[in-house]
Amino acid sequence: MSTAQKLAPAARAVAILGGDATDRALRLHLEGLSRVDAVGLEQRAAGFATRSIKTTSKAAALDTVIGLIDLTTLEGADTPGKVRSLAAKARTPDPGDLATPRPAALCVYGDMVGVAIEALGGLHGDPDDGRIAVAAVATAFPSGRASLAVKLADTRDAVAAGADEIDMVIDRGAFLAGRYGQVFEEILAVKEACARPDGTAASLKVILETGELATYDAVRRASWLAILAGADFIKTSTGKVQPAATLPVTVLMLEVVRDWHRITGERIGVKPAGGIRASKDAIRYLIAVAETVGEPWLAPYLFRFGASGLLNDVLLQRQKLRTGHYSGPDYVTID
Amino acid sequence: MSKDIQQAGEERRFLDYAPAPESRDIVRLRPSYGLFIDGDWVDGHGAPFTTIDPSTEAPLAEIAVADEADVALAVAAARRAYDKVWSRMPGAERGKYLFRIARLVQERARELAVAESLDNGKPIKESRDVDVPLVAAWFFYYAGWADKLDYAGLGASPRALGVAGQVIPWNFPLLMLAWKIAPALAAGNTVVLKPAETTPLTALLFADICRQAGLPAGVVNIVTGAGETGRALVRAEVDKVAFTGSTAVGREIAKAIAGTEKRATLELGGKAANIVFDDAPIDQAIEGVVNGIFFNQGHVCCAGSRLLVQESIHDELVDRLKQRLTTLRLGSPLDKNTDIGAINSAEQLERIRRLSELGEAEGAERWSAPCAIPEQGFWFAPTIFTNVSTSSTIAREEIFGPVLSVLTFRTPAEAVAKANNTPYGLSAGIWSDKGSKILAVADRLRAGVIWANTFNRFDPASPFGGYKESGYGREGGRHGLTAYLKAGAR
Repeated sequence: MSTAQKLAPAARAVAILGGDATDRALRLHLEGLSRVDAVGLEQRAAGFATRSIKTTSKAAALDTVIGLIDLTTLEGADTPGKVRSLAAKARTPDPGDLATPRPAALCVYGDMVGVAIEALGGLHGDPDDGRIAVAAVATAFPSGRASLAVKLADTRDAVAAGADEIDMVIDRGAFLAGRYGQVFEEILAVKEACARPDGTAASLKVILETGELATYDAVRRASWLAILAGADFIKTSTGKVQPAATLPVTVLMLEVVRDWHRITGERIGVKPAGGIRASKDAIRYLIAVAETVGEPWLAPYLFRFGASGLLNDVLLQRQKLRTGHYSGPDYVTID
Repeated sequence: MSKDIQQAGEERRFLDYAPAPESRDIVRLRPSYGLFIDGDWVDGHGAPFTTIDPSTEAPLAEIAVADEADVALAVAAARRAYDKVWSRMPGAERGKYLFRIARLVQERARELAVAESLDNGKPIKESRDVDVPLVAAWFFYYAGWADKLDYAGLGASPRALGVAGQVIPWNFPLLMLAWKIAPALAAGNTVVLKPAETTPLTALLFADICRQAGLPAGVVNIVTGAGETGRALVRAEVDKVAFTGSTAVGREIAKAIAGTEKRATLELGGKAANIVFDDAPIDQAIEGVVNGIFFNQGHVCCAGSRLLVQESIHDELVDRLKQRLTTLRLGSPLDKNTDIGAINSAEQLERIRRLSELGEAEGAERWSAPCAIPEQGFWFAPTIFTNVSTSSTIAREEIFGPVLSVLTFRTPAEAVAKANNTPYGLSAGIWSDKGSKILAVADRLRAGVIWANTFNRFDPASPFGGYKESGYGREGGRHGLTAYLKAGAR
């Protein structure tokens, strides 16, 4: 495989733009990207949905899905107790089958990071090594309507509390108004705020909130913009806006990371979030990933599902494959 | 992250989707089939032949062959049904039968899809999601016309032609049957239809549907056989000949009926240009190119077999196209995950091979998708040729297989000139994000159907047919209806 170059975020943009990431340079670059035909994109996504995943493939797919889930609770009513309960679910997804894989991460608000880490105990760590990471939403999630200083403080706070991953939101207002430079600068600043004193950094997921961007062309531009500014992951939605993740939008974002990989050799992750509740739907996303960017992307550092209810549906399907019959919602634990 | 590439190449399991075969038990084939004449199964007097599954070469059923006398019998039955029943029946009543047929097609959709994939070799996802739904749509559409013939554009009370002799190809066996039978019956004609010799099964199942619908005897007659049976049908006492197939046979038919009162619609070959401009939505254009030529193994008369790509994006497009083709899954037509099925016959495979070798010999660069070819059956991997010149044989002759020739152009005018530079003119495709350019280019293309930012889309309301050697007459829509009507007496 190719040798991925590790560029500093700003250097990434300079290399692609051929100069500084000014508003004008970004505009020229983003508006020069190939356009998206909505009908064609949706047809392609519908095509993935006709794939038929059976028997051994289905079993493998279900386990893969679990290992890619960011188990999420993002409620105003969250409490330490609720987060501990979620952590317990992540540690033991199915008490009836201890061989069940664990989800990739817990995704919580910044003030719950410490609780989550403590509750995970020895299982806290890198999901690509079979442990469970802690992700925190930051930057005035979900609206992003706060000053940059507040967003950065929000981010630093979560990183200092031990968050492994930061899920930030972009300023959709600035993006839709064409102030690409501002959006770029903000992502760059948050990326810097992800740095830890020991020289490592929290991984940065950039939420585009595609439901507010409205057009596929805008989603493609926002995806490029986020990657240019240093995103490790591009994520569809906060889950607080409808529509949240859709298959066509995810396919489009996968095409962007595929193209980025063609140009730079770097691999960027994709995270659809919000609205994916059924195993059947999740498997369609796996198919889209495998057939668009390839199987290596089906790893926690390159693909995640932002979901809460999905895990239990996958567990029910898993039990069905194992036992040959369906049980019911009382045969999986609620978190 | 530090582990960027560590897992690349490791996980190769997911894409090996476990087999997901559609059950063939839903189709109960008889060991042998006769001819369907006057509402009944009768024996043929030619030497019967066996129809096979092209993906395994296993025999499926024995099929009767109609000789000249059998064809005459079928035409006579159609004539009686026309004179005594069908021409006297009010349009609304004819419509009821057509609606009934459409509903039966939907009810038996899975069975028809499986039978089609078995006999033709096309992937089940295409017969299930494209062919059979379109068959039902065609009958529904023309059922609605049956009592509205006054609005067909021929003035009040137009009249049917009488008996139509219809000869259809093997690439979309049941769909071509629907294209022929639905408008003919709606207009008040009766028909004698000959399916292709390699794909007679769904037409014979359709005969069963006609019985189930209570269609009066003789309105639809199905005679099976090869070219000789077709010739007999064209020569028989029919009022109209409708043919879809090769240009060579189309010519023969035109000669045979010259100087007679018989009318004809001929839908013949094609060598469609699929034009991709540099401002095209590139990912969707790639999908469109794939769908344009690899849909139904390229056994499509309107296939986009000549890719005309703007020179500035040629390398990138070809590169992406190859990448995409490596994800196509070739294999058992009945597996729900199969994208590319079997070539319909040994004869057709031989033709595709011969033309591909000729392409190489003439200097074009060949690339085939790396896919495992099953040992039994007829298969051809998706193939593209680059460095093709307009004078190459593979850029001029219809291959009728999964083979794409890539040519380049620099300006819209050059694109139009190259697209039109073919004896055919059935279809064309244009890919651009700029609407005004699409309209300007479409205006200058000499092709019957032009798709913009899509390809191989069919709708019963839209007329379909060709320019030049792609034939004459239109099928589909109001135009397809008038091909079975004449103006009423004043």
